[in-house]
Amino acid sequence: MRRESGGRIDRTRTLRFRFDGRDYTGHPGDTLASALLANGVRQVATSVKLGRPRGIFAAGSEEPSALVQIEEPFPEPMLTATTVELYDGLVASGLPGQGRLATEPDPARYDATHAHCDVLVVGAGPAGLAAARAAARTGARVILADEQPEPGGHLLGTAEQVAGQPGTEWAAAVAAELAGLPEVTVLPRTTVFGHYDDNHLLAVERRTNHLGGAAPAHVARERVWRIRARRVVLATGAHERPIAFAGNDLPGVMLADAARTYVNRYGVLPGRRAVVFTTGDSAYAAAMDLVAAGVKVAAIVDVRPAPGAGWADRAREAGIEVLAGHVVTAAAGDGQVSSVLAGPHPETGAPAVGERSFDADLLLVSGGWNPVVHLFSQSGGTLRYDEALSTLVPGASRQAVEVVGAARGVFTLAGCLEDGATGGGAPAAAQAAGEPYWLVPSQDYRTHFVDLQRDVTVADVLRATGAGLRSVEHVKRYTTAGTAHDQGKTSGLLTTAVMAHALGVPVGELGATTFRAPYTPVSFAALAGRDRGALHDPVRVTALHEWHVAHGALFENVGQWKRPWYYPRPGEDMEAAVLRECRAAREGVAAMDASTLGKIDVVGPDAAELLDRLYTNMMSTLAVGAIRYGVMCRPDGMVVDDGTVIRLAEDHFLVTTTTGNAATVLDWMEEWLQTEWPWLRVHLTSVTDQWATVALVGPGSREVLAGLAPGLAVSAADFPFMTWRETEVAGMPARVCRISFSGELAYEINVTSWEGLALWEALMDSGAVTPYGTETMHVLRAEKGYPIVGQDTDGTVTPQDLGMSWVVSKKKADFIGKRSYARADTARADRKQLVGLLPEDPGRLLPEGTHLVELSSLPEPPVPMLGHVTSSYRSAALGRTFALALVSGGRARVGERLYAPVGDELVPVTVTSHVLYDPEGARRDG
Amino acid sequence: MLLIPCPWCGPRDEAEFHYGGQAHVAYPADPGALSDEEWARYLFFRDNPKGSFAERWSHSAGCRRWFNAVRDTATNEIHAVYRVGEPRPVTP
Amino acid sequence: MAERRSPAAAFADRFATASKSGALTLAEIPFLRQINVRVDPESPAAADLGAALGVALPVSPGTAVRSGEVTVAWQGPDEWLVIGPEGYEAEPLRAALGDRHGSVVDVSAQRTTLLVGGPRAREVLAHGCAIDLHPSVFGPGAVAQTMLARAQVVLLPQQDGFLVLVRSSFAVYLAEWLLDAATEYVT
Repeated sequence: MRRESGGRIDRTRTLRFRFDGRDYTGHPGDTLASALLANGVRQVATSVKLGRPRGIFAAGSEEPSALVQIEEPFPEPMLTATTVELYDGLVASGLPGQGRLATEPDPARYDATHAHCDVLVVGAGPAGLAAARAAARTGARVILADEQPEPGGHLLGTAEQVAGQPGTEWAAAVAAELAGLPEVTVLPRTTVFGHYDDNHLLAVERRTNHLGGAAPAHVARERVWRIRARRVVLATGAHERPIAFAGNDLPGVMLADAARTYVNRYGVLPGRRAVVFTTGDSAYAAAMDLVAAGVKVAAIVDVRPAPGAGWADRAREAGIEVLAGHVVTAAAGDGQVSSVLAGPHPETGAPAVGERSFDADLLLVSGGWNPVVHLFSQSGGTLRYDEALSTLVPGASRQAVEVVGAARGVFTLAGCLEDGATGGGAPAAAQAAGEPYWLVPSQDYRTHFVDLQRDVTVADVLRATGAGLRSVEHVKRYTTAGTAHDQGKTSGLLTTAVMAHALGVPVGELGATTFRAPYTPVSFAALAGRDRGALHDPVRVTALHEWHVAHGALFENVGQWKRPWYYPRPGEDMEAAVLRECRAAREGVAAMDASTLGKIDVVGPDAAELLDRLYTNMMSTLAVGAIRYGVMCRPDGMVVDDGTVIRLAEDHFLVTTTTGNAATVLDWMEEWLQTEWPWLRVHLTSVTDQWATVALVGPGSREVLAGLAPGLAVSAADFPFMTWRETEVAGMPARVCRISFSGELAYEINVTSWEGLALWEALMDSGAVTPYGTETMHVLRAEKGYPIVGQDTDGTVTPQDLGMSWVVSKKKADFIGKRSYARADTARADRKQLVGLLPEDPGRLLPEGTHLVELSSLPEPPVPMLGHVTSSYRSAALGRTFALALVSGGRARVGERLYAPVGDELVPVTVTSHVLYDPEGARRDG
Repeated sequence: MLLIPCPWCGPRDEAEFHYGGQAHVAYPADPGALSDEEWARYLFFRDNPKGSFAERWSHSAGCRRWFNAVRDTATNEIHAVYRVGEPRPVTP
Repeated sequence: MAERRSPAAAFADRFATASKSGALTLAEIPFLRQINVRVDPESPAAADLGAALGVALPVSPGTAVRSGEVTVAWQGPDEWLVIGPEGYEAEPLRAALGDRHGSVVDVSAQRTTLLVGGPRAREVLAHGCAIDLHPSVFGPGAVAQTMLARAQVVLLPQQDGFLVLVRSSFAVYLAEWLLDAATEYVT
């Protein structure tokens, strides 16, 4: 229920919300958890395995049990009620441990940004604010990130004073000073969730979530910050930890400091009559604040035989019974706490007997404090078990990271302020933190919960140790303790301590499980940011792209490029369009946008020498003005790329690569040049995007070219195959190469990419030219047996396997790959070789990837496989279907019948030469 | 995301670099003179230490220069970067 | 001369609309002359190229120098990008190099130039650029080859904003990305 006054909520405004089908109200400044408690809602969810009622256990991101699903304005699963800021129109429901993904796309915008700073401070509590202010006053570039909507950290939940003013006012003043500095960025509602190598940290800023349906659509709902920091100050605070006793999961059982936060920060009474179970002093402060707010605190059950004198006296003066040397044995009630049983702590380790019973609807628990060391551990920092504090504290880090305040075990306000201001350099003063105490002994551990979210009890942990498990990592996996979406913030160390108890070893001996990012769950939408849809990966287009789109081309993805696939005319399907385009290229004249080919300018006195070393064939003998086809292999002899080499001058070449391999080949050439042969005087420059390239193909191509390039002597004698000319085409300076990837008379015309569209339009304006796409290009080249690297090869294929022994120099002393052709493996007669296949049914198109077998009926597995189909098309020129395939000992099998299993069928095919069309090469001169 | 100190451009995100494997594995002066086993050793055998490892990187999205780095494979700390052709420096 | 078309020509209207708020200026600066120069910086040829340019080739990584309307940007220990106005000619540079080892390659159409200016320019680029764009470390006189979103770019900080040189085939992608990244600043 709501207090009459107080709290950091705006009581002048009312927010309406609905939870589990019932309507409630709250105020700005509430979380869903505080608003539910204000409305008297105790049970929020049910547990994942046992279906037990669960309430609100904490007040922050360590919450293990109050799991909710937001239903409106947009469905979002698996949030904790303690971290959802209340907004008008919120509709939510409790979850039985599992949420439901939205079925419709998320309409909100998510983005990311990069940031750099001298100092990143994580946490805007007293230590973090002091650290950020100290750094900012030196003029450093500072980022201060905090998961809460306002600064103050622990001060928000207490009534403590700093520098003679209320702590929250001090925090607001420091934050305002920081926000006013030009080199300081203050990020509220921002969770730093990952600390990676070289002080790279990721944070998620929740920018409009708290506005609900009123969030402006153009503002990113969440933003991922990728922060590179010279120095990181972790002021991440501490989490209070629970104690294992019977019924410690009932709604009404709450961490003591969380109850204090609800009273002070949210003006909410989480119960009317409370019992406090503690191992140290901090819960006394909570009890006193509750009393001041009007809660009846029946008793403080303190496990220590001699509680801190000052606190115990103050409690007794406030009318609270203090039971020293006692423990709570059970919380009892039907669906929520209605009574608490307590008794003396048995010295012998015998089961504790709850001889006293208190009526209570609220049980505050304080088992001590765990520094939030998650980010420090993620950064590669070591953790050390501190016996005095009975918890894990930061040890050494190899990164520039400092930990200040409660995050390193400094638990006093004055200590945190000092620690932050001085950068955590001083050794932490010895503190009376309380008694290490984890587990109330019992005969029945089935409701002593260690992990509320995974429903893991002490009985489960004992079963694990009883089964012989000795490692915390093994017990974690066996019991699932610590693996829920809270990642064991409250349960991790408790599980370890229960193990230690069972095994009779010190807690510190068992170590800790590994902390991994993210610290709190992060939505996939936030991680994806803008990298989705059209912006997911760059779409590369040529200078002619707009024309292709305007003329109805369908596109094929080749690497990042969009290439025209085919240009269907009205009523045509793909098959009809491609047959028509093929016919145009073989019988008339057709043109293709070939701009995507990689192009590398190679210049220098040793350019020919470099190319001789990299290509399998000889390039140094190429005449200026001539062009040669070349293949590049890896040292193991396998083909990596192919293309043409154009000799522009004695010391100047232009090489082309396949579309998908342009960057790889340039890197490859630079690698050899820079790392192995740095003495070669050669420079490599990528000019892929400099040039637009159009392939003009077909018996009519010479006439079309002649019409557009009146200054060019185009006869076969004047302009022979595999030469190039500089000329003007349609008024543009152009380099024309007589190259053919189809077997037909063909030219490749290169102009600057600025002029590519004009060139293409000039060709199309001639009226004779049919545009064709990559599918037709594939058919034409396959008819000629020209392989496509990456389609007909897969990194295990030599030039010889492709039937291209002619491209492998016998004269050169060495080239990359040469030595491997002397290996026994590359000389095997049963290597897979490129062959043609003709299905016996000339209408039958084999799926690419189909296996090939020798037998007309399949034997029991394993079935010996001879190879597979790499390319398969319908050919207009052949009037039938055909395929290319890699077949074991394929060239010796020409004429043989093989079988291709397609579904349940064995399709008979005949092996042929891989060159199926114009094997004499009669057509290339037109 | 590692921050890799390019010897030319200074520290840049790992995403700008291309990994080139173990450094100081020279292409044999005369591959033809090697036995199959020696050639296979050059082709296929590389060290895989836990700890300091000299490896090649290329700043492929930046200055396109190849260089060597000594990286601890367990911690990802880069102890040294040096130019191609320089000997491996002494590092922890 | 046949009609030329620059890689981001189709974005002129959308860039102009996005620039109306005053927070940001987006524009393509088409058809600049860009020349890739490779030469040993210690060589006499490098000195002669410097003389032809009117400014010595900058040898400090990540720096760019100006000579009148021409910018010479460091690209590597023996590589520079010369950026000049449309009429600037490569021929004097070829002549300065002569037949000595080096290269002068016209790459004007390899990349186009996008201007990202205005008070929010740095924030817009930071959405996709991992290097530190703070003026104290990356101001006029600097140059960086890096990634912007998923495209390789050359970044040249100006007095107001940045020049972004992007490969022609990536220009449409990057223009779309910039317009998207600008959403919050221009709406």
